[in-house]
Amino acid sequence: MALPPPDPQFVLRGTSAAVHTLHFSCGGPEPDIPLLFSGSENGYIHVWNLRTHRVDTALDGHGRKSVYCVETMGGKDKLLSQGRDQRICLWDLAEGRTSVTDSVFTEHVGFCRCSLLKVAQGRWLMAMAARSLEEVQILELPSKTSVCTLKPEVGAKLGMPMCLKLWQLNCDSQPVLLAGYEDGSVVLWNVSMGKALSQLICHQEPVMSLDFDAEKAKGISGSSEKVLSIWSLNEQQNLQVYKTHKLVNAGISDITIRPDKKILATAGWDHRIRIFGWKKLKPLAVLDYHTATLHCVSFSDHSIPQERLLAAGSKDQRISVWSIYAQT
Amino acid sequence: VSFIPGGLDCSISFVSHVLGKVCVHGRQKEILGVLVPHLTDLTKSDCIWQRICWRLVECVPDRWMEAVVLGFVQGAAGADVLSRLLGNLVVKNKKAQFVVTQKMLLLQYGHTTAVLQNLLGYLSLDSLRRTLLLRVLRELLETWSSSSAVKHSPAEQQLYISKAILICLSHLKEPEIESCRQELLTSMMEGVKCHLDSSLPQLRRLGMVVAESISLKINTEGPVLKFEYEEDDATRELKSLLVQSPPLCVVPSLPDDDRSEKAGAALPLVPESNEKPHIAAPVMPDEELDAELDSDDDLTPYDMSEDKELKIKAPVYIRDCIEVLTGSRSEDVDKWEATVKALESLVRKNPAATREVSVELAKILLHLEEKTCIEGFVELRQRAQVAVLTTDPIPVAKYLTSQFYSLNYSLHQRMDILDVLVLAAQELSCPKFHGKTKHSGAQKPCIQLLPGSDSSKDWRRIVDERIKSKTRRFDVGQSHVELASRPNQFNSVAGHFFFPLIQHFDRPLTTFDLLGEDHLVLGRLVHTLAILMYLAVNTVAVTAMGKALLEFVWALRFHTDSYVRQGVLSCISSLLLSVPMERILADMTEELLETQSWLGDVMEKDPDGDCRRLALQNLLLMENLKKKLEAVPS
Repeated sequence: MALPPPDPQFVLRGTSAAVHTLHFSCGGPEPDIPLLFSGSENGYIHVWNLRTHRVDTALDGHGRKSVYCVETMGGKDKLLSQGRDQRICLWDLAEGRTSVTDSVFTEHVGFCRCSLLKVAQGRWLMAMAARSLEEVQILELPSKTSVCTLKPEVGAKLGMPMCLKLWQLNCDSQPVLLAGYEDGSVVLWNVSMGKALSQLICHQEPVMSLDFDAEKAKGISGSSEKVLSIWSLNEQQNLQVYKTHKLVNAGISDITIRPDKKILATAGWDHRIRIFGWKKLKPLAVLDYHTATLHCVSFSDHSIPQERLLAAGSKDQRISVWSIYAQT
Repeated sequence: VSFIPGGLDCSISFVSHVLGKVCVHGRQKEILGVLVPHLTDLTKSDCIWQRICWRLVECVPDRWMEAVVLGFVQGAAGADVLSRLLGNLVVKNKKAQFVVTQKMLLLQYGHTTAVLQNLLGYLSLDSLRRTLLLRVLRELLETWSSSSAVKHSPAEQQLYISKAILICLSHLKEPEIESCRQELLTSMMEGVKCHLDSSLPQLRRLGMVVAESISLKINTEGPVLKFEYEEDDATRELKSLLVQSPPLCVVPSLPDDDRSEKAGAALPLVPESNEKPHIAAPVMPDEELDAELDSDDDLTPYDMSEDKELKIKAPVYIRDCIEVLTGSRSEDVDKWEATVKALESLVRKNPAATREVSVELAKILLHLEEKTCIEGFVELRQRAQVAVLTTDPIPVAKYLTSQFYSLNYSLHQRMDILDVLVLAAQELSCPKFHGKTKHSGAQKPCIQLLPGSDSSKDWRRIVDERIKSKTRRFDVGQSHVELASRPNQFNSVAGHFFFPLIQHFDRPLTTFDLLGEDHLVLGRLVHTLAILMYLAVNTVAVTAMGKALLEFVWALRFHTDSYVRQGVLSCISSLLLSVPMERILADMTEELLETQSWLGDVMEKDPDGDCRRLALQNLLLMENLKKKLEAVPS
């Protein structure tokens, strides 16, 4: 007899706008407070204290334009945020400061979230959608120098890039980019050479979100249709469809795999969070709390496994935080 | 003929005279029926016989030439046969030329497609004659593109000319098309405009098919004109004329079969190859699944039985529906969609609540525009409107009929009003109410309900059956099912539907002039009134309606648009069927006599075939009703 799904551990209210992006920063040692960063449609980035469940700070750096991506760069003192004002801002939050140290003007008017990858101490690669319709630009941070621009070949008709993931197998290997496009295909790019290694048509509709497990060389993508697509990368760096999973309701906004690679969570347009086992995509739970479409879902990076959390942000202006399968 | 010796000089003119005289007296078929096959065989390979044949026809005196040429064209088995028999007669003889290029194509229109093929093929087979072909094409196009011809010539003639144009086009070669490309383009543009202006759907379709074909011929590369219309046998037949089949007419069926066989063979191959990768792919994960014996089993799933498809709930109250439909919160499109879909059933289930807000609902529905892409939006809206109208007929009918004559409505909305009135009237007057009235592509219900000769027979049949059933009471088994009856709800409201529509038709508004440009709406209005009249049978107001209708149609008798005239004639039919004959004879005697003489005129002289048929039916109906009245002992 299966148990009914759990209720959220707690719910964060107070953003007064739809929540578009979430990012945990809980890995620091005691006495650091576990934090959750959230970006909202009214342009504010809220820093939530996960002990008091209240907002510690509210950052206003995007001119009241919606913030749709928030990432930390090596700790909670450095923050990167991307907004609809076509800017990516770098923040310095150490010792209570709330200032923007640097910003990149992307000229991108879409919704494609940027992707960060740490390549060396203090050096990052960032992939972002560029001004031109089909291109992805790779920048090095904090120097903001352009590493390369990834242009699909003429006539490829991929459309806008919708979601990006930079990764490398280990510290010595080449960084690689996985990009999901508007025409439903996922392309694997070699960053240093700037050319595409493989392309796979995963969906009939635009790819809304994707995530990749570098160890198992397997990835998953979700779209506006009713299908989740799981694909794998073989030794020749070719993408192949591994399997597909049919959903009850159409539309996925966000997919994320837990850092321990055991489970993954999807944020759906049908207001529900779905949890699957990553090995065989076995459906594990459907968490039904929100009353409007979900925009983002994120796992925490707690060092103690039992404390791990899952957070989901929705158009109904609430952030639900769950503790699920934390015991494994 | 078979005993004419070959190779000797002999005068054939005597034979020509005989031939001509016989043909002119109307015996074409008999003599040419014997002559033509003989000549066909003899001239197949023998040049001398060909020349003899040519001499034969050339020597026919001019006054009999027409009959002879006509006979040959009709009797020849194919264009090449005709070419062998007549030679260059059309070039040498003025009268023959006139007959072939003018009379048979532009002045007559009763010949079959095969005859047209013969004629035009004949013109195309010799270089001397090809100039005639081009001239013929130009003249045909001139007629096709002239707006007065489109308006006033009968539909059959227009079909004939269209066929001739298509066959000409099929014979033209590239350099010839190049030389008259500009002309073709100009005529096509003018012609398509006149045809699309017409109120009769078959003429519009004719115009579209011909324009598409012309465009295909003159634009071999680049985008080609493509209209959207329903393909049916007539259009397919027309399009097939554009492609010339090889001279041996027996063969074309074989290539067709071959091609369709190959296509059929190709199709099964493709799905097979598609299936194979699919079968291969799932096999692998299955094997892997079996290998890894659920090592992931430490994660127990939760109960997911609540996980069902997300359904947006439609509002349950009518007033909520009104709020959603007029709401300024444009973000809630899901709710709007659900409301539109659920509205009709809600209205029918809550008649009392609907009556409170009926006019408001009618107003909203009349102005409702498609916000998102719902399937069948037009039908959903129309059914909701009909539901509102039948629930609260009088105020809503008053509103709708007043809006029909108001400013600032599109033609589409005005015709929408007419359709809704008709559908609601049908529902109200029907003795057995089915929950869902049959809607077969509710685009033009008016035309489907036109009472033609069929319905008058139906009417008679129903009356006969009823009489029969009444005289056989002591039969155990009933011969027909008894219809469940209920009071005729249309009775009390028929007048409200009908009279306001007649009132203002001659008052032009700035954007709407029934008697002027908007004759399409006038035609629809007349047809609507005919249907309302027909449905008003057995109501109290029917006599008054009949009188008003007769006066109304009197003004429109000679309208130039044949669709309007057809509507007027169907009004007369409805009138004769619905108003009891005693009342007609009592109140409308003079008008009836005038109508009768007018109908006789229409039957003989109206260019449109449908109008003539309807006039004839009306006269017959009148006769039958009078006889019936006289037969019944008073």
